[in-house]
Order: sequence, then C-alpha cells, then structure tokens
Amino acid sequence: MTPFLEALLLQSGYNASLVAIGAGLLGFAAGTAGTFLFLRKRALVSDAVAHATLPGVTLAFVAMVALGGDGRNLLGLLAGSAATAWIGLVLVDWMARRTRLSEDAAIGAVLSVFFGIGIVMLTVIQTMSAGRQAGLESFLLGSTAGMLFQDAVVIAIGGSLAVLATYVLRRPMTLVAFDPVYAAASGYNVRQIDLAMMGLVMAVTVIGLKLVGLILIVAMLIIPPVTARFWTDKSAHVIWYAGAIGGFSGYVGAAISASARALPTGPIIVLVAAALFLFSLLFAPARGVAAAIIQHRQFQRRVHLRQGLLSLARSEKILEPYTIRVLKSEGLARADGVPTDAGRAQAAKIARDERRWEIAREIHRDVGLTGRYDGLTPIEDVFTADEIAAFDAHLGGPVAV
Amino acid sequence: MRIVSDNKAGVSLATDVGAFVEPDYANDEMPLSIRGMTVSYGDKPAVFSLDATFPPEAMTAIIGPNGAGKSTLLKAALGVIPRVSGEVTVFGEPIENTRNRVAYVPQRASVDWDFPTTVIDVVLMGLYRGVGLLRRFTRAQKAKAEDCLERVGMADFKDRQIGQLSGGQQQRVFLARALAQDADLYLLDEPLAGVDAATERAVIEVLQSLKTERRAVVCVHHDLATVRSYFDHVLLINVRKFAEGPVDTAFTAEHLHATYGGRLAATHLNQLDLAGLPA
Repeated sequence: MTPFLEALLLQSGYNASLVAIGAGLLGFAAGTAGTFLFLRKRALVSDAVAHATLPGVTLAFVAMVALGGDGRNLLGLLAGSAATAWIGLVLVDWMARRTRLSEDAAIGAVLSVFFGIGIVMLTVIQTMSAGRQAGLESFLLGSTAGMLFQDAVVIAIGGSLAVLATYVLRRPMTLVAFDPVYAAASGYNVRQIDLAMMGLVMAVTVIGLKLVGLILIVAMLIIPPVTARFWTDKSAHVIWYAGAIGGFSGYVGAAISASARALPTGPIIVLVAAALFLFSLLFAPARGVAAAIIQHRQFQRRVHLRQGLLSLARSEKILEPYTIRVLKSEGLARADGVPTDAGRAQAAKIARDERRWEIAREIHRDVGLTGRYDGLTPIEDVFTADEIAAFDAHLGGPVAV
Repeated sequence: MRIVSDNKAGVSLATDVGAFVEPDYANDEMPLSIRGMTVSYGDKPAVFSLDATFPPEAMTAIIGPNGAGKSTLLKAALGVIPRVSGEVTVFGEPIENTRNRVAYVPQRASVDWDFPTTVIDVVLMGLYRGVGLLRRFTRAQKAKAEDCLERVGMADFKDRQIGQLSGGQQQRVFLARALAQDADLYLLDEPLAGVDAATERAVIEVLQSLKTERRAVVCVHHDLATVRSYFDHVLLINVRKFAEGPVDTAFTAEHLHATYGGRLAATHLNQLDLAGLPA
C-alpha cells in the first residue's frame, strides 16, 4: 500500500489516525457553521473572529503560568481565545451598528489591532523562560505533531454541538439571511440570531485553532459553503453539502499530509478544499464555467434555429449555412432550405410565440424577464397561463403561415 | 376631513377619525392604530409625530412623495426600525402580543434573489413560526402553501429557483408567503411597484378577496391614478400626516397639493380627482 492509502485507511499509526478523524469532524462542523455566514454575506467576519483569538491564547497562557499552573492546558487556552474572539465579535457588531464605519472597515480594524496585540504578547512570551517550550506559535498555522486524544475529543464534542446548533437554528438563520426585514417584522430578533450565527462560527474557530491555525480556519468556514452553492439551489442542501465537502477536505487533507514527512496539515486541508472549489467552479452544472460555455453554444444554436424558423414563416430565403445545418439536423428543412411539414408547423408556432414575446416585452418592462428571452425557452415556461392569455388578447386569432 | 397642519404627539384621534369610524368598532379595536409616532434617521425625522388609524375590512393606501416616510412608517409600526416615540396597537393590543395576526410584504428589491431557495420554500417561510425549530412541515401545511401559490397564480412555479422569476412573479411569491400566515392585517410595501399589468390585476384581486374575508389591508402605494379604483381609505403623509379618511373625502386636490407641495402639476391633479381614472 502506498503511504497515502495507508493514511486514508487509518493505518499510519495512532497520531495520524487521530489527526485525520479530528480534521474530518472539524471540516464538517466548519462547513455547516460557515454556511449561514456565507448566505448572510458576512464571510469576512470569520476573519476578524479568527485573528481576535490570538490575544486570548497568549493572555490565558500568561494567566495560567502566573497562577502556577501548566500554561499549555488546552481548555484554558481555548477559553482564553473564545473570550477575546467574542470581544472582537461584539466590537465589530457595535462599530457597524453604532458608528458611521461600515462593517468591512470595522472588521479590518478589529482584525489588525487584535492580531497585533496577540503577536506582541507572543513575542514577549517566547522571551520568557516558561514560554520557550509553550509552542504557542503553532496556533498561527496549526500543528498536528503533538495532537493528543483529548484534542480530538474537544473537536468531536465541540464540533457535534456546533452542528446540532446549526440544525436547530437553520430556519431562523435562513430567514434572516434571505429576508432580514421580513424576519424582524415577523417578530424574530435579528440581532440575536446574527450573534448566535457568529457565535457558532467562533466556537468552530476556537476548537479548530490547534489543528489548522487561526489564519487558515477561515478557509474551512468559507470554501465549503461557497463550493456547495455551485451544486444546489436549496439552502437546506447547501448546509449538508458544505459539511460533506469540509469533512472530506479535512480527512483527505490530513491523510495526504500524514503520508509525507514535510507536508503541513492545515494548508494541505485548505488546498484540498480549494481543489474541490476549483472543480466546482469549472464543472458544476448550471452555475459552473463549463456549463456557461455549453449554455452559450446551445443558445447560439437556439438563436439560429429560431431565426431560421422565422425566415421559413416569412418565406424568406435562408443564407447562413449554419442556420440551414441546424434546421436540417432537426429535420425541419432540407439541405436546400426548403421546409419539411414539421418545419412548417414549428415555424407557425414560433411566429405566434414571437408576437406574444413582443407584447410581453411591452407589458413586462423588467430586466429579469428580458434576460429570459432567448427565443427557444417556451413562453409557457416563463409566463403564467393568465399572463399568456393577456398577450393573446392583444394578438387576436392564430396566425396562418 | 381637515388637513392636519400642526399635529402634536399624543393628540386624541377622536377628532380626526371620528368621521369614518364605523359605529360597531370601538377605536381601540382598530386593526392598526398609531399615536404620536416619530421615527428619525440621525437628527432628521423621517416620520414626525404621526397619528393614524387603519380601519377594518378595508383597503387603505399610504400615499406621499418619495422620501415621505411611507415605508418607514410601516417598518417602524412593526418594530423593524426603532421609534423615537409613539404607540402602536394592533387590534387594541401592543404589536408584540398580536404579531401572529399581522403579515408583512416587504419591497421586492429588499432581498437578494440569487439566494439558494425555491418558490415553495419562500412561501413555507410564512409558516416558520407555526412549525417551530425542529418539527417537519406537515402535509397540511405544505398543501396550504401550495394553495397560497395557487391564489396568486404561481402553482406551476413552485419548484423554481427564485432567481428565475420575473419581477411581477417575485412580488406574487412574497404575497403568497404573507397569505400563508393567515393574518387579519396585511401590510404591504409598494406591492405594485414595477410589476406588469397581469400581476397588478392578480395582486389587487387577492387583496380585495382579503377585504371580503373581513381582513384589513394597508398598502404603501405610488400610483395616484389607481387610488380611487383600488382603495377605500387613504393616508396622505409627507413626514407629517396631511390627511386621512375615506377616498371620497380625503383624496382631494387640496390635500394632494398640501402633501406633495409643488411636486404635482395642477393639470395632472385635476385629471386624477375629477375623472377618477379607471384601472
């Protein structure tokens, strides 16, 4: 077996297995918790939260050493990081609501100030005698070398709670993300729901700090939902697809990094997620780049088909060779451009729908609709029966060709 | 009905609304009653010291120029944006107690239509409060949502992604979501803005059916030409209230002049009031 396959099947030893399982669970939790941040268009808040954990980690270390305890106690460090992350979150929220600063400016300010404080503290600690072996700098980019069973337990319990909370709050969070004004008018407390959503993100950030580090945890929160969005038009599905993508990235990324000596875990996990994102961007049906190109080709063909049929309906000669090829391949015309019976029938329908569309464009003057006018989308797909009846009232009887 | 020119907070409604209150409804059981409401963005009041009463079994239009505070009035009454002062009662009680009797239809442009959701899921949002956090939607609730889509003529579109709808269809979906709430008071923010004629007819038909079901309908409305044919009551505001009452007495050239200032051409006004243009 190759080292990668061994790692994938949890055959690479105790530590590697622990890391792979932990990263998978963390990825799943981060993907689900990040979904609503993405849907609420506040993805960058997670960046501020993540950077605001650093002062907390360092302060907690100093406090625990000062009290004579073990400065590396994981729960203590995570509690400290959660405390300052929460302060950062509340500050962003307060600045965006109460001052003239926009949210992105507030995020920038909080992110850099908190991170700056954290780095200063980190440098000071590393010059202290007690701090030399602390390894606090691993919180920046994550570290798997010394992962303990208790670290995996923290991720498993914290991650499960975060996923459970996401599930319980999915309806209010969907409503607030889609239509906050309606949510508020229906009696939901939008601010509390937003804080709960960001609290979830904070929780996942804190439990993921040790493994992937504060700089890259943001990617685990945001890339999975963005990737999932390519594959579905239902928010309820985005949540679980994002969880699956995050979990897969975490597990496979950890396995890859375990299979080689010098590959860092956090960055590899992010790269796996990024690869899935890139694949989705290019090849997702409907929303992907390739689909857009194919759709454009089909669109071109439809335009020629419609144009050809219109020419037939008006008994005009078709000059464009591509148009004749398209008509011929559909069995609507012969190679010399003379229509078949099927071609005549289609031409009559298209001429009528064309006149309906003309009236439709006069009546419905909005962009969403003119965008859907591509000539071959049946008019029945775009308009309701009563709308079409209204067009026909303007038209008069069927048109003979 | 007189033009209210200097309306202080807390002024009794009796003198203003007495003219059209039906005798069997006590004033405090009105579907929506607003007293002394002021709303401001910064130091600039958007709605100032406004009293208004919205009658039952009627369609009321809130009319005024751009920036007059029409949408703000609705949002502040619902508690979506904070009030500086003022009391709002719905069927005689504070709105916090009667929220399940109120349905709100926001402006179409207020949401991102690329959001990953389908037509039927948007309508089901109107039932979220009834279903709670964990329970699944029952067959009956789903059937109800489909009925509401049927009422607005969108039943065939239930599985569409909402981004694929025309503006008028989006408006119908929002209306269907409000219908699903089965409320007694419907507050709509510009439901006819930028929609096609077929949608306008469909929306008005639904709203009139709500009225015959003894529910109250309040619309922020921009098209003065259709006020007479669609609505029973009007509230004319431009930050302050300028007039309220039945269309016949309150929707006059004099009141429109006062509300809009110089922003309406006199010829246009005369045409509106005298001809009472058909829809």
